[in-house]
Amino acid sequence: MNKVVEINGLTKKYKDQIAVNNVSFMLEANKIYGLLGRNGAGKTTIMHMITAQAFPTSGELKVFGENPYENNRVLTQLCFIKESQKYPDNYRVIDVLDVSSTFFPNWDREFAFALIEDFRLPLKRRVKKLSRGMLSAVGIIVGLASRAPVTIFDEPYLGLDAVARGLFYDRLLDDYAENPRTIVLSTHLIDEVSKLLEHVIVINSGEVILNEDAEELRGQASTVVGAAAKAEAFAMGRTIIHRESMGGLASVTFMGRLDAEDRRQAEELGLEIAPVSLQQLVVHLTKSNHKNKEAVSL
Amino acid sequence: MSLQMDDSRPIFVQIAERIENDIIDGAMPEESQVPSTNQFAAFYQINPATAAKGVNLLVDLGILYKRRGIGMFVATGAKARLMEQRKEHFFEQYVVTMISEAKKLGITVDQLTDMIRRGESRHE
Repeated sequence: MNKVVEINGLTKKYKDQIAVNNVSFMLEANKIYGLLGRNGAGKTTIMHMITAQAFPTSGELKVFGENPYENNRVLTQLCFIKESQKYPDNYRVIDVLDVSSTFFPNWDREFAFALIEDFRLPLKRRVKKLSRGMLSAVGIIVGLASRAPVTIFDEPYLGLDAVARGLFYDRLLDDYAENPRTIVLSTHLIDEVSKLLEHVIVINSGEVILNEDAEELRGQASTVVGAAAKAEAFAMGRTIIHRESMGGLASVTFMGRLDAEDRRQAEELGLEIAPVSLQQLVVHLTKSNHKNKEAVSL
Repeated sequence: MSLQMDDSRPIFVQIAERIENDIIDGAMPEESQVPSTNQFAAFYQINPATAAKGVNLLVDLGILYKRRGIGMFVATGAKARLMEQRKEHFFEQYVVTMISEAKKLGITVDQLTDMIRRGESRHE
């Protein structure tokens, strides 16, 4: 197992505000990770620390086995694409590519220009004059063409339409297959990316509440719908993460896999079983703070 | 759409099932080369590691085999073996369930056989 990022007890405080609280996880080489959670959960702060743009208050952080701060050996191996990347006012799209090519040792010029065509970006236009979606596309192109061993995309697609996002997923998968590297995707569009992820880390209120293989998570939660009393009876003894009711009907979502016997029982009770997508699971786990940490011990 | 994955089960299991279906209905004949894991990944827009896991599941079962440096191929006899498995599965899933339901309704085995014949004539 080749660890590219190791985080141990990482904490970041701003005055009395704890943004990241005692977070530990690691990223292995050549996997695609989803770093998920609500706005303000602490995801971006964690990514800033990994990429040496913020100092931890305490805890240990190693990137390629070294401290990333002012460490060029490490920093040239990292590519961090932010939601709203700023460029100097006079930069044109071509200038962004030129600067990127000098910074990233694995930069693939041909790939970058192919992506420019794919996303139909005007090379000579000033970045300042680009639309929001075009600006996002510039970030995506830099992120992909950098081929950095650790590439982080933090909400890379503001203003990008569904077609352009689909293009991003296609190119990402194609290029990742040819040139495996560690990719971190932080996004709210979980349904769109869930099939791309190999591993999922969920952050809530500055803490890691879920750190699991994406395939393990599929089928890990279920919803039963039916007569309220029966649905409740069926879910009894399970960790319930969501409830909704309407008249005498209830829908109860809980953790845990259902086996054939469970399914038979549900059918006998006249209950319908619905799968819970990764997005729904994350929504349920992060919508409130109460006791959800226990809910996710699988 | 058929490319949609079922959220309740691991994707690699679903990939393995799709390959099995293609072998059973002849879309992937024995000794033919199956797409690479990267092709599967691109086609279904899934993580290549997940696609590899599905393919490897079938390699472990002897349904697919690897030719070094060339790729994955459908093993000879794979179709017959999969059909056997599916028949066993059919027995468990449909026949056993049908008989237990028939018992509940007081349907005898003879009546059941009649019903099957009737169903068959309607199917033609």
